[in-house]
Formats: sequence, C-alpha cells, structure tokens
Amino acid sequence: MKMTKHSDWRMDDVRAIIQELKHKPGALLPVLHAIQDYIGYLPDSIVPVVAKEMLLTRAEVHGVISFYHHFRSHKTGRHVVEICRAEACQSVGARALEKHAKATLGIDFEQTTSCGSVTLEPVYCLGNCATGPSVRIDDSIYGRVSEDRFDELMADCRDTMQEAG
Amino acid sequence: MTTRIFVPRDTTAISLGADLIATLIQAEAASRGLDIEIVRNGTRGLFWLEPLIEVETSEGRIGFGPVTESDVSALFNEHFYHGNQTHPSCLGLVEEIPYLKKQQRLTFARSGITDPVSLADYKAHDGYKGLENALNLSGQQIVDEVKTSGLRGRGGAAFPTGIKWQTVLDASGEQKYIVCNADEGDSGTFADRLVMECDPFMLIEGMTIAGLAVNANQGYIYLRSEYPIAFDIMNQAIASAYENGYLGKDILGSGRQFDLEVRLGAGAYICGEETSLLDSLEGKRGLVRAKPPLPAIVGLFGKPTVVNNVLSLAAIPYILHHGGEAYAEYGIGRSRGTMPIQLAGNVKYGGLVELAFGIPLNELMNDFGGGTRSGRPLKAVQVGGPLGAYLPESQWDTLIDYEGFSAEKAVLGHGGVVMFDDTVDMGEQARFAMEFCTFESCGKCTPCRIGSTRGVEVIDRIRAGENQDKNWELLEDLCDTMVDGSLCAMGGMTPFPVQSVMKFFPDELRSARQE
Repeated sequence: MKMTKHSDWRMDDVRAIIQELKHKPGALLPVLHAIQDYIGYLPDSIVPVVAKEMLLTRAEVHGVISFYHHFRSHKTGRHVVEICRAEACQSVGARALEKHAKATLGIDFEQTTSCGSVTLEPVYCLGNCATGPSVRIDDSIYGRVSEDRFDELMADCRDTMQEAG
Repeated sequence: MTTRIFVPRDTTAISLGADLIATLIQAEAASRGLDIEIVRNGTRGLFWLEPLIEVETSEGRIGFGPVTESDVSALFNEHFYHGNQTHPSCLGLVEEIPYLKKQQRLTFARSGITDPVSLADYKAHDGYKGLENALNLSGQQIVDEVKTSGLRGRGGAAFPTGIKWQTVLDASGEQKYIVCNADEGDSGTFADRLVMECDPFMLIEGMTIAGLAVNANQGYIYLRSEYPIAFDIMNQAIASAYENGYLGKDILGSGRQFDLEVRLGAGAYICGEETSLLDSLEGKRGLVRAKPPLPAIVGLFGKPTVVNNVLSLAAIPYILHHGGEAYAEYGIGRSRGTMPIQLAGNVKYGGLVELAFGIPLNELMNDFGGGTRSGRPLKAVQVGGPLGAYLPESQWDTLIDYEGFSAEKAVLGHGGVVMFDDTVDMGEQARFAMEFCTFESCGKCTPCRIGSTRGVEVIDRIRAGENQDKNWELLEDLCDTMVDGSLCAMGGMTPFPVQSVMKFFPDELRSARQE
C-alpha cells in the first residue's frame, strides 16, 4: 500500500510544482492535485503562494479547495480509508460495514485514529458496483469487503505504520 | 513454445486479487521452469468470475475462475497451461460462456481480449479502421454518418450526438474543443471505466474522429479521481498514440492535428453535469451554468465544445468503420444501436451486458443477472444512478429503451441497474436520495441546495410519525419545486427516486424500521 506523505515538505518544491504546471489552460486543479500528491494534503500556507504564482485571489484558490471533496485542508493519517456509501454498495451491506468500521476504529468519518494510522472518509462510488461493498485504501480498491476482511485490511494498515516506525 | 496466460487488470479484477494471482502464477511458472508469458488484459465484464484467468490454446482461450490464491499451485499440477480442463474452476472456452455469447458487443468487442495498452493489439482487432475512413471524409460527411447511426448521448440525457456535432461544426471560431465526460459518478455504473481500463485506444480514436468532424484540435478527458487505474492506463495509451503518430500535430501524415490530455476531477458528483464539468476544467469551482448558451456554442473557455460521454465517443470508431447504417440496424424505436447495461448491487451474476436496445429489464436481471446475490427475493431496482427512480416488480417488464423508461417516469440514464433484495428499507433509500443531494449540490440554485436539506428533514419527520399527512403533502410539494425549479438535473431529478418510493412503497416511508 502506498503511504501518504506529509512531513518534511518544502515550499520551494511547491513553487516548482506550480511553475511546471501553471502554463496549462485551467491549471488550478492539476496544480492542487500535484501539491496534494506531494504533501498529502493542502495546508493553508500554500493558498497565498498558489494565488500569487497563478495570478488568482486567495479567495478563488480557497474556494476551489473547499468545493471538491478530494482536496483536504488537514493532515491525514498514514492511510486514507474510503468506504463506499452509494446505492450499489448499500444493497449488499455497506451501511453495516460503515457502522462496523466506525465502531472498531473508534472514529467517525473525516477523523483519524489516535495512533495516526487511518483516516476514515466516505466515498460515493468507486465503480466497483457488481462486487461491493467496496473500500479504497490510498490508491488500492478492494471488493466484497466483509467485516472480517475489513478488519484484516485495517491490521495491515497498522502493521505498515509500525514498520515505518 | 511460450504459453500466453491472461490475467485481467481492471479495477474489479484487481479488487478481488488479480495482481496477487498474476505474481503467484509468474513465480510458480519460474520455479517449475515453464515458459509462460503473462498478459494483463482487460476484463470480459463477467465480474462474479473474477479473477478470471485465461490460457491461449489452438482451440481458443480456456478460462478459469474465480481463481483464488490457493488454487494456483493446483492449477499448475493439473497442467492448466496446456489447456487441461480438469481443475474445478475451469470454465471451458470463454467465448462460449452463455452470458458472453448471448451479448451483442459492438463497443466492448475487444474488452478482455486485448492488452489495453498495446497499440499493436488494438490495430490487430480492427482498431483505427474508423479513423482511417474518417481521414478520407469531410467534417460534414463524418457528422452525417453519426446522424445516420441514430446514436444518442449515452451519459444519460440521450441527446442525438450527430446534432450536437453539427452545432459545433457550424459554430464559427478557430478554436474548438472535444471534451469527454468521464466523471462516471452514478452508483451502479462502470461501463466508462471499462472502456478506459480495457480499451483506451477506442476512446482516443473516437475523440480524434470527433475532432476531425468539427475541426477541433484539442481534447480533454475529464476523469473522476476515484478511478486511479483508469487514469494510469489512459495515460499510457495516450503516450503510445503520440509516439506512433495517432495523436499530435500530424495524424497519420494527414496534416491534421489533435492533442489529448486527461484531467482529473476531485470527487464532486456534480462535475458530471456538463456545464459544471466545463467550469471545473477551467480551474474553477464546479458550478452549473445556466443554459442557453449551449456548450456547443459557448463551451470550454467560451469556445464551441463537444461534450460527450465516454460511451458515446467509444461508439464512434465502430460507426465510422462499419457505417452509421450498420449501427442503426440494432435497437428499437428511436433508441438505436446497443446499450452497455451494468448489472450491479445485490446481483448474483453482476457485470457488463451489451445488447441492442429493446430487451426487457427483467430478462437482464434474471436471465443474465441470475437474481440476487443473497438468494432472497428481488424487491426493487434503481436504474440510471442516484437520480433514477426505484422500479417495483410491476415495472420490470419495461424494455430497455429511452422512451419506454420515460413513459414509466423512470430514466435509463447511463445504464446502471442496481438490484435490491427484500431486506431493503425503501424509506431509508428515499432519505438517502435527498441526503446525497445535500452532499453533492453545487449550491448555485436554491431548490437544489436548500430543497435537499429540507427534504431530509421532512422525510425524517414522516418516518418519526410526526404530522404525517401534512408532511407528506409538503414533501410532494417540495419534490415538485425541485423538479420544476432547479437549474440542472441534480436538483431536478433528485426527487425521482423519492417520488417512486412515495408512489410504490408508501408504507415503508411512513414507518421507520425499528432496529
């Protein structure tokens, strides 16, 4: 599983990312994606930098970040775990899986476990609708996730955290 | 001789362990000193059989599935790589599996057969024949061929594709765009994803032809961020198309230019609405625009723009290869060609079923789908995504046809069929329809932004038994307001599932289930 990163990022690297992409027409989403891929989230401190480099207002940049569910203004845990809440997954037990996940992790959506390993988020469809319930962990998608399977996946998330020290 | 073994690499196969199976097969073959080549093909779309691996033999491809980790060494012991059919997971010749054999695959003809990122494979299976023909036609002739095909927008709105293209062709201006709507957000749909993961060159070819037709030299694929594998495969295919002269300044030496780029969305369902999508591509919040002006006239960056769904554009190579009339021979009434139906949710045999329009819904759910996965009775089916009505049993004989569904106050949409067994609480489903709209409304118009929040509240009151008759009346009124007063289909159709529950499952809405 890919680890999300957020320590040790440098504003100079953020500027370099912006320089590389800002020539594209309508470049703001590609720029924000690249910065989030680099840092793991979009810290408030990058907003004025993006705005200045791209000749936008801070309000415009903030407005775009806050509009899209994928863009995050806060640090996440080492793994982002998304549980599909959409109808196809509901029909095969996603509501129960959501309850189970919140109860066993001890957190609600948009929260991070106290050990810092997992941030739980809702997602509305991963396009894996014939083999639900579906869960995405970072960039990997899992199908037919039973409660037991979910627990196994979460154990893996905790293990990688321990390995990483 | 090298034996070729196919292990799919689409999201569903991988979500069920295909990557691990591929690794184990490779390792097992190496330890046994066998000469095999693993091809990561697309999926056939028979998802209950995934991971479905195939072995190439002189008789055809023999399938095994679903293959688990623990099957791998047994498969080798049974010499599956020689095409031996003794392992219990053996499915025989894949092409003879009835679910697949009974289909009419025009758009998905190559899905699961080819290596999605191999241009050579694509060309060996009729790829780029449509473009070769198109390069010898005028823009108007291409548009005429699309009109003849009767193709209508497969994203859900079902607007005639040829007429949209004609509008952009006729619009004045040097700069025009082709935008592919790959923001497939409807629950129960995955056909766009399959095009991009299993046959990406077909989409590239379709968009290139669209560019030639309307004189647009730049295309964008607006892809949802929930599809990381599609993003990767699509980009690999585009790079290969550039290297081989199928994209860029001089397509196949014709002097014509077409550039193409994939842009990632960021988790906003509303960006599947075409004007919201355009704002998002321009780097803004994905707010819906008022129409007119139509995007065909004032579209991306204010220029004339074709905005088509993945499946519409993916149908174009077939149409330009075989002719519009060949495509129009399929279908019924004003619904011409084939529809890729996606069987999803609580279904035993879920997957992709591409057939000519005109098949009854219950034949899809039962003959193909095999009923529910749970084995319990089927109770309701939501067709066309989160904005589509829930159909009770009395409507299951409806034919797959745009007009047939409209007559039932339902929508075919993007062809997603989500099945529910008798444990579903329809009142909860109605509430979710409103709740989903509160998350995903762009916020521009009041009926959608406020109406959905009020909708959740009123449904909660009804379910709590509070002033039921008055609140029921209020909910009816609210639904009418949203349908009539919203700027786009998000607010305008959110009431459809709610109204269908009010009409067909009123008792479940009136009484919240006690747990």
